Amino acid sequence: MQLFLEQLTNGLAVGGIYALIALGYTMVYGVLKLINFAHGDLFTIGAFFGLTLLLSLGLTSHIGPVAGIIVLVLMVMGLVALIGALLERVAYRPLRTSPRLSAVVSALGASIFFQNAIMLIYGARFRVYPHDLLPTTTVSFLGVSIPVMRIVLFGASLVMMAGLYYFVQRTKTGTAIRAAAIDQGAAKLMGIDVNRVIMYVFLIGPALGGAAGVMVGMYYGQINFTMGWVYGLKAFTAAILGGIGNIPGAMLGGLLLGVIEAMGATYISLAWKDAISFMVLILILIFRPTGLLGERVADKV
Amino acid sequence: MLLRIENLEVKYGNVQVLHGLNLAVKRGEIVTILGANGAGKSTTLMTISGLVKPFSGGIFLEDKPLHKLEAHQIVKLGLAQVPEGRRVFGTLSVHENLRLGAFTATDLALIQKNLDWVYEMFPILRKRRSQLAGTLSGGEQQMLAIGRGLMASPKILLLDEPSLGLAPILVKSIFATVREINKSGVTIVLVEQNARLALKLADRGYVLELGKIVLEDEAKALLTNQEVQNAYLGGAR
Ligand SMILES: Nc1ncnc2c1ncn2[C@@H]1O[C@H](COP(=O)(O)OP(=O)(O)OP(=O)(O)O)[C@@H](O)[C@H]1O
Ligand SMILES: [Mg+2]
Repeated sequence: MQLFLEQLTNGLAVGGIYALIALGYTMVYGVLKLINFAHGDLFTIGAFFGLTLLLSLGLTSHIGPVAGIIVLVLMVMGLVALIGALLERVAYRPLRTSPRLSAVVSALGASIFFQNAIMLIYGARFRVYPHDLLPTTTVSFLGVSIPVMRIVLFGASLVMMAGLYYFVQRTKTGTAIRAAAIDQGAAKLMGIDVNRVIMYVFLIGPALGGAAGVMVGMYYGQINFTMGWVYGLKAFTAAILGGIGNIPGAMLGGLLLGVIEAMGATYISLAWKDAISFMVLILILIFRPTGLLGERVADKV
Repeated sequence: MLLRIENLEVKYGNVQVLHGLNLAVKRGEIVTILGANGAGKSTTLMTISGLVKPFSGGIFLEDKPLHKLEAHQIVKLGLAQVPEGRRVFGTLSVHENLRLGAFTATDLALIQKNLDWVYEMFPILRKRRSQLAGTLSGGEQQMLAIGRGLMASPKILLLDEPSLGLAPILVKSIFATVREINKSGVTIVLVEQNARLALKLADRGYVLELGKIVLEDEAKALLTNQEVQNAYLGGAR
């Protein structure tokens, strides 16, 4: 029971991170029917920006650990959002009317570009988030001791997801994003500037992905220029699991995948941790290609 | 002239679909465009709305060149379209669809007034306001599409085959609504397969064949025109 609780909380914390990344895939897919293969690398960029800011600004010592981390994450989100919007302008917008394959190739190219840029700037070795700058306390819950960081991260991902959900469901811009995802032409007939909607999506998705990057750095302590590949693939799996294009689906898929993976690693075998996600992906593609919450998708990848 | 189209040419890739189309609509009119399948009626409307870019020629709304603007800017100038096949946002609620129709509007009082007007015109939509648009019947979706177009407070409304796939009794009621909308001061451009009804409703009509206007006249005159009768009205009656 203790082990179960331990792994459940771990799975939820990791799942929250998957969900944040998955939202970027799903929102871009929603409006452009494109898998942004460079999204995982935007997540990596977030992790490295977070490291740089953590080391150079000393925010956690100036304004305390909680405020420091919040400010740090917000700064990273802003920076990665800008890179995301730039990526759209440079790599995707010029190909908007080209055959879909061109955009896919462009996405792969952007991914390679980002990975190499990160490697050139930060080096190819693992980099370490300094643990003395981050809270390491634990709290006891039903006889299980849980790191505070785990709770903070899970809480943060929930807050961001709730914020996004509110934005997309309740605001005018959010409704415009949903409309453009359903029918771009009809959205234009409503007077919606679809280019602007796409820009918003490329600001929001990368911002969340960048936040997830910092969170992974804080949770595991280690980051590397290739980390976006594995996390990207898992988050992509989460997006498909929930139904790609579906925002609540990405949230559910991420959390579910995190828990499945944690449980699998504990009760089946740790060595199978990564394989489990891919088994999940294959099983969904076979038995429920539209995902858990998806209605009419997955035909255009 | 409220709307003026001059020598409009449109191509899809290498295929030219409109060959120098000229058309004019006066304020307050109902103008109908008749033509066989593939004649270029929807293309004309989509080009006016800015979703299709012309190869050459011009489109002017109150002398403002629409062909130089993006689609979303055109709505703001007071031109809305109810597209062929309705194209309501299926996974959004009826109410959200209507609110999106007023996307460019900023005057909350006016939005509310239009909303009340649309709900008054189509009471069924008020009853279904929280329902997803995709779950409405075809007729209800058409009402929603028209209501959504009106939410923008357009000076001119383009309607592309509003009777498509509807039962005859519903078609009558949709046409009556179009007349009512026109009476309230909205200029109408109506594309229709149901030529007889369209000509009875309209002030003037254009006949489009293979991307060219081949005939234009008062609607009454077109109703009795021999060619029109043979081609679009199923012979004289
Ligand atoms: N997006 C497109 N790409 C290429 N060709 C197109 C496109 N849209 C329309 N066409 C072609 O342009 C011509 C005119 O089409 P359009 O839809 O304007 O006709 P229409 O008069 O509205 O016909 P209908 O009565 O069937 O709605 C047709 O030959 C059609 O195949
Ligand atoms: Mg048509």
